[in-house]
Amino acid sequence: MHTNEPTNRLHGVMAEFDSAQAVVDAARKTMAHGFTRVEAYSPVPVEELNDIIHKKRTILPKLVLAGGLSGMATGMALQYWASVLEYPMNIGGRPQASWITYIIPSYELTILFSALTAAIGMIVLSGLPQPYHPVFNVDRFSMASSDKFFLVVESADPKFDQQGTAEFLRSTGAKGVYDVDQ
Amino acid sequence: MANHSHNTALLEETPVILPGHDFETVTETVAEIPLSKRFPLGWIGVLLIGLGLAGMLQMALGYLLLKGIGIWGNNIPVGWAFDIINFVWWIGIGHAGTLISAILLLFKQQWRMSISRFAEAMTIFAVACAAIFPVFHTGRPWLAAYWLFPYPNTMGLWPQFKSPLIWDVFAVSTYATVSIVFWYVGLIPDLATMRDRAVSKVKANIYGMLSLGWRGSARHWHRYEVASLILAGLSTPLVLSVHTVVSFDFAVSVIPGWHATIFPPYFVAGAIYSGFAMVLTLAIPVRRFYGMESLITMRHIDNMAKVMLATGLMVGYGYAMELFFAWYSGSPHERFMMWNRMFGPYGWSYWTLISINVVMVQFLWLSRVRHNTTLLFIMSIFVNIGMWLERFVIIVTSLNRDFIPASWGMYYPTRWDFMTFFGTIGLFLTLFLLFLRFVPMISIFEVKTLLPQSKVKADHAH
Repeated sequence: MHTNEPTNRLHGVMAEFDSAQAVVDAARKTMAHGFTRVEAYSPVPVEELNDIIHKKRTILPKLVLAGGLSGMATGMALQYWASVLEYPMNIGGRPQASWITYIIPSYELTILFSALTAAIGMIVLSGLPQPYHPVFNVDRFSMASSDKFFLVVESADPKFDQQGTAEFLRSTGAKGVYDVDQ
Repeated sequence: MANHSHNTALLEETPVILPGHDFETVTETVAEIPLSKRFPLGWIGVLLIGLGLAGMLQMALGYLLLKGIGIWGNNIPVGWAFDIINFVWWIGIGHAGTLISAILLLFKQQWRMSISRFAEAMTIFAVACAAIFPVFHTGRPWLAAYWLFPYPNTMGLWPQFKSPLIWDVFAVSTYATVSIVFWYVGLIPDLATMRDRAVSKVKANIYGMLSLGWRGSARHWHRYEVASLILAGLSTPLVLSVHTVVSFDFAVSVIPGWHATIFPPYFVAGAIYSGFAMVLTLAIPVRRFYGMESLITMRHIDNMAKVMLATGLMVGYGYAMELFFAWYSGSPHERFMMWNRMFGPYGWSYWTLISINVVMVQFLWLSRVRHNTTLLFIMSIFVNIGMWLERFVIIVTSLNRDFIPASWGMYYPTRWDFMTFFGTIGLFLTLFLLFLRFVPMISIFEVKTLLPQSKVKADHAH
């Protein structure tokens, strides 16, 4: 990583847009221009942005499947162990290992483990909780949760240079361009 | 009615949110309530009522712990009464919240967006109220850990996993956990909005911590949308399983009036019916008090009334089938149970329930009724009473005439039963009012996705 003096303290350059359409168009141009370290911020989910910028889908569904299967296995194993091995109760001579009756707790545990994996996985994969992030240094960024859309080209990008990138972002139709302090 | 068809045509065009909204006005309308410094007088008044009733709940439960469960009216032969009636009633109410937030999400019903947040809050608070009853019916709730949960204890005891009561523990605790998780995940982006709009440092810090540092990046949103869809997909089979398992508490037994295969779907339909009634009971005053008519429109009210009608008809079908089963079984005990239910000492409760859930609900066919919010509000309260009576009828009238006439007996609730029941209503009211005041009651970011500003045209380049 070679950095020169002006980019050293910069996280990147941020451009502001008014609508999802505008930020999507700008993101397309930015990626086409060859930038690689780009991130977009929006007040609403815009599914195109992830496809354009990151081009890759999350592994979350696979984690949830694993979580669900482990929940089911936990349920079955727990009930078999408790009702057959550890604490068998003979009630009317019914079989101890009656797996059909084990279905309901296992079903609930499948859902419980899957749901917890989905929620915790989403939070952890996103690097949250993260109280500090450089983008919050830009005053206008408080509008990112209200009605403005932002596109950031990070200084770690090989093609990044403060003047040129700002110039480029302005040409994509940005309403404002700001430096993001590190 | 000459202009009736005209009205209906107009209604179908009613948008999910009224025109004139943009991102900023939606944020402003919803976020200003938790962020304002004002505590409206009406809010304080209702909160005091809620707190008063919740205090009564504390007294009732405190006395129960001192004296034991003998202070309640249930005794052999009616060994289950208010405790289970109220438990099933509250759990059922919760079901509408999950239906709105999960099932309607999978069906891409956009009208759910304005009401899902507070319907989910209603679910969580209703489940909390429900849990009080079985836990305190154990008499010594501090021992319930090893009675109810598979908790490794020094006595080497384990729960009986083949019992529907243990299934219920798993179903309800999973339901409570998943509902809270789903609700919180749904709140994260809105908490970030609150953080960014809060003027006071303290509020900004609290909302900031709760929002986990959410910044709405493309990667975040992508994972977020995937997680929401998965959670909705998981909550859907979950919510259907919860009332199914609750109905197993009855259906797996051999008591005439309980031992019926129709119970699971009949209970689920009843749950959604009563839940939508409760959403209407809450939504109608809330939208007027907070001036939310442009976000919770007549379209929502009308749709909810239609869901209530549809599920009400299913419940009516359930009543008809119970009659048919009793007759077709050929069992004298089943037939006697039904006769006793209709013409026995509790016959009044059966006929009140029929007149509400079978007769009154038919008025919802009329769009004039569905558009009269005052009338709907009153009807929704009656539906809640009707559904409470349904559980009363199922539970008490199946038990009070035992197989041997020598062990027949009546059930009369005591003042402690009533104090506990109305106390949980107070607890619910208190929690709900705190929610309205401190949490954005409508999902801000979801409602924004309905607006043109968030729409993206397909890429022409490809």
